[in-house]
Amino acid sequence: MITVLQDNLGALWQGVLTTLAITALAFLSSVLLGTLVAVFRVSPIPPLRLVGAVYVEIFRNIPLLALLILVAYGLPEVGISLSLFTTAVLSLALVSAAFACETVRAGINGVPVGQAEAARALGLTFTQSLARVILPQALRTMVQPLVNIFIGVALGSSLAAAVSVGELTYQAQQVGNRTAEAMLLFGISALVYVVIALLGGGLGSVLERRLAVRR
Amino acid sequence: MVNTTRVLFDEPGPRARRRIALATVVAAVVVLAVLFWAYRGLDASGQLALARWKPFWQQWAVAFLLQGLWGTLLVTLASALVAFPAGTLLAVGRAGRRRPLRWVCTAYIEVFRSVPTLLLVYVFLFALPGVGLNLSIFWKLTVPIILINSAVIAEIVRAGIKALDRGQTEAALALGMTTGATVRRVVLPQAVRLVIPTLVTQLVALLKDSTLGYVVSYPELMKQANNLANNTKLLFQAFVVVSAIYIVINFALTRLATWLETRIRQRTGARPGGAPVAGGPVATAVDPVHDLPTTVAPH
Repeated sequence: MITVLQDNLGALWQGVLTTLAITALAFLSSVLLGTLVAVFRVSPIPPLRLVGAVYVEIFRNIPLLALLILVAYGLPEVGISLSLFTTAVLSLALVSAAFACETVRAGINGVPVGQAEAARALGLTFTQSLARVILPQALRTMVQPLVNIFIGVALGSSLAAAVSVGELTYQAQQVGNRTAEAMLLFGISALVYVVIALLGGGLGSVLERRLAVRR
Repeated sequence: MVNTTRVLFDEPGPRARRRIALATVVAAVVVLAVLFWAYRGLDASGQLALARWKPFWQQWAVAFLLQGLWGTLLVTLASALVAFPAGTLLAVGRAGRRRPLRWVCTAYIEVFRSVPTLLLVYVFLFALPGVGLNLSIFWKLTVPIILINSAVIAEIVRAGIKALDRGQTEAALALGMTTGATVRRVVLPQAVRLVIPTLVTQLVALLKDSTLGYVVSYPELMKQANNLANNTKLLFQAFVVVSAIYIVINFALTRLATWLETRIRQRTGARPGGAPVAGGPVATAVDPVHDLPTTVAPH
């Protein structure tokens, strides 16, 4: 049991690192892309609103596995071949951005109308009132949902194993297959995921306390 | 939409209206150009040729996909039928006062909420048969989905219980109802009603989880698409078609959730801690229900 671990520590560690890399990259890009789509959705320009709405409805409703398979095996037939790592990050980011967009939008909607009215009455421009008044307040209500998205990205990254990306779930399955210690390896991987989720949740709570209004 | 606009800017004046009109034209041109560019790219690869899509309209292909859809519905319904009551029980256990029970429920929820479904499917697929637990393929797919989604649903129901006014429990107890009766007849009916939209959204998550049939080779929609792709050599088309089917079904469910949410908001009138709702889903900053994880799992 111990020797199995010693022999395969490299592969498992590689899996953990890949999972962390996919999660971090996909989460950051999904927040950026999600904010952009949210801006589209709240803008007064109809075509942009339409694009935002269509984007959200497609990527919120497509199963991640379907998108992964499309990107991994479908796109090469159209002449776009991406590396497996890029496939995983791209698919996860596209799907999570739809959820991030709705989070940002709900956050903006959650700010009382009076705040924006007051900002305008003070003569702040649209950008100023968005950046100085609306978004800082929206951010507070967004922390918890964003943490949920982060955890969703971390757990979702395991689906990349189904298209042979060498992340944690994939490595655990491969090593478990070779060594007949499957239970142990799945147990360890589950523990890693739980730790990632707990760390994400903990960081969220700290952030929430930092952002809270002190009265 | 209207609400968002009202938060961020006033009714536009003549100059702003001109600028918006200009931006609309520019944006429309850019969007159309991008769409055209994408179309050209697809067309150049030959993937848009009608002959490559026609097979999916033939009777045998439709029957094949319908069979997959049936499998998907079966997995989703079976998981929902077990996970929803189990999740509710876990939520009550975690919210309750009996210590050991509360700890067990909390531990279960926290662990299974943080484990990927695929990992658990692998456990049932590769590890458990080694120790003598060899379920049928259907259950190898459905049991992991149930185990994980019970935990997620428990958190949703618990959020509903927490959002409920404490006076409800106090009043029930003051009337001489037992704790059990209070939970069953006062707390749960109201709490569950509050989170019905989120629960409908969770159905979407269940449906998405059922795509793991692709991994365990259970003939649901995704696996059938794969078989279809292998038979016809039209992989791109096969997966575009099933993705479209998934999007349509999930879109309908999401819409249902939104509709229910508006309806429940209207019927319950004033939200706890918020102003009475006038005309549509305006989220107040202190609205506990709105902050529910409607969008917990992107996968």
